[in-house]
Amino acid sequence: MKFPIFRSSLVAMASLLPLSLLALITFLTIYSWPAIQYNQFHFLWTNDWDLGNLYGDPVMEHGFQVMPHARYGIWFLIVGTVASSFIAMVLALPLAIGAAVLLAEGMRKSRAAPLSLFVDLLASIPSVVYGLWGYAVLVPLLGQHVYPAMAHALSFVPFFGGAPGSGYGLLTASLVLTIMIVPLISATLRESINMTDPALKEAGRSLGLSRLEVFWHVVLPKLRTVVIGVSILALGRALGETMAVLMVSGNALNYLPNNIYTPISSMAAFIASQLDSALQDPTNMAVQALSEIALVLLLIAVAVNVIARLILWMARVR
Amino acid sequence: MATEILETMGIKTVEKRYAPSWRRQWGNALGWLAIMAAFLILAGAFFSIIGEVVVKAFPVLRPALFAKITNGIGGGLKNAIEGSLVLSLGSLLVAAPIGMAAGIYLSEHGAGRWGSALRFLSDVLVGVPSIVLGYFGYIAMVIYLGWQFSVAAGVITLAVMLLPYIARSTELAMANIPNAVREAGYGLGAGEGHLVFKVLLPGAAPAIMTGIFYAVALSMGETAPLLYTAGWSNYMWNGHMTQEPIGYLTYVIWSFINEPFAESHMLAFAAAFLITFGVLMLILLGRWMLVRSQRKLGAYR
Repeated sequence: MKFPIFRSSLVAMASLLPLSLLALITFLTIYSWPAIQYNQFHFLWTNDWDLGNLYGDPVMEHGFQVMPHARYGIWFLIVGTVASSFIAMVLALPLAIGAAVLLAEGMRKSRAAPLSLFVDLLASIPSVVYGLWGYAVLVPLLGQHVYPAMAHALSFVPFFGGAPGSGYGLLTASLVLTIMIVPLISATLRESINMTDPALKEAGRSLGLSRLEVFWHVVLPKLRTVVIGVSILALGRALGETMAVLMVSGNALNYLPNNIYTPISSMAAFIASQLDSALQDPTNMAVQALSEIALVLLLIAVAVNVIARLILWMARVR
Repeated sequence: MATEILETMGIKTVEKRYAPSWRRQWGNALGWLAIMAAFLILAGAFFSIIGEVVVKAFPVLRPALFAKITNGIGGGLKNAIEGSLVLSLGSLLVAAPIGMAAGIYLSEHGAGRWGSALRFLSDVLVGVPSIVLGYFGYIAMVIYLGWQFSVAAGVITLAVMLLPYIARSTELAMANIPNAVREAGYGLGAGEGHLVFKVLLPGAAPAIMTGIFYAVALSMGETAPLLYTAGWSNYMWNGHMTQEPIGYLTYVIWSFINEPFAESHMLAFAAAFLITFGVLMLILLGRWMLVRSQRKLGAYR
């Protein structure tokens, strides 16, 4: 038999794709290994990021050379990342369902096409432009007018009262993330609504249900797995978002949000903003600790994506 | 009919129209109202973003913008425009062959376990945060390989990000070609390579191009993977692949908006304008190409 040149080169090229994922995990683990050993597990739940005295002489601690008083703990980053993404997902879900229903059920196909193109375009606006919009439009608007009013009116609700802050903070970051992930959820949902067996919808209509009631009582329960899967997928996207969060979150260091207006920082934004100062550390431990954050973020993102894909796989959505 | 028969027989019928209860009517109205509101919020956000960028960028859209290089707080965007083009086209040159090979493999041989695994891993790769890719590029290329902030490091990092998108769009495009076409090719004695290059790829070209346009748009809009791989430079690119940083438009948006000068802010908005419209144009062009070619060819339908 002739050696299948085409087939084997195809396989060789294609295998670069999983290999790059493998290289990603391997490189990050190897590079951050000293930091992982030095920080151990309390890295994850202590609330204490301090590069130490960068003008002092490096000291030996537990067999590692670090700057004096250097401590690395990222609990505030984990809280900020999870809180902002979770709020964004909760806000995005009803918006996305609404937009999907309007485009799939609320109008004729010929009119829905251009409008759905426009929702898709929303997904393609670069994240740094979202960040710029948040910085230039949302932060002044929310910080000066909306948040003070909200904090005043909702002062009896936990986490909604208290100091309204400057506009940079948890809720602003969540709002920008919301607008970014709505198109993702909405596009998949719209496809799934269109793919739903028409016989089911017609059966509902013939029983006298309105279009909306058919959607609510027949279509949506059938799409429950899709909704859950695609929401988790969007959550994964929000967890890893860097530039938009970096520009509107207020970049808090070492404190936890006490209400929804408090400045926060997310893991991705922290990595992007801290490398310059980490490079000042002559022992290199700070850069390795940042690499450990990247590894943690990668593992969280991969876990979330795997769960979402498995759920969507079960629902047979590709 | 039935009513008429009944009436001729002398039996009176009362016409009773079906009417939903008030509660259901109100529920419906409120539901549609909420749905309209959701859509209007999205539309409002879209037009607010586009409007803000256009209005703020408009005063600076002068020829000088394209003729001068940045100088720290102002100047033009010549170097950044060039850098963005170099980085996106470079990453496309790296990612397109690999991604298309993966897509061809998935559509032609992807039914088995290996195909599912590859598909799954490429979906996972889509979910990897871009800043993590950037940090990986920093460790692997900038430090370990000693390339410094450079075009090569930026291009390869971006390429890894684009791979799964190109693979996916190629797979979908190829899978849309009916099996009869493949059988006809093999029946005429074509080898697999011949069939793919001479028959399947030309047939799937418009759809693949749409995917590639999307990938270029994506790479143009990225910032996070480039911060620590491509670096930033105020000067034009001098042609070196390694050791020399390069500028790009998205960096201008992020860093110049933090400067306290009005001139820097205007430059940031001008960069945002160029990037946003570049991205939107690429995506619309890709869509248009796809629709047009499908109409022209009938695309095996």
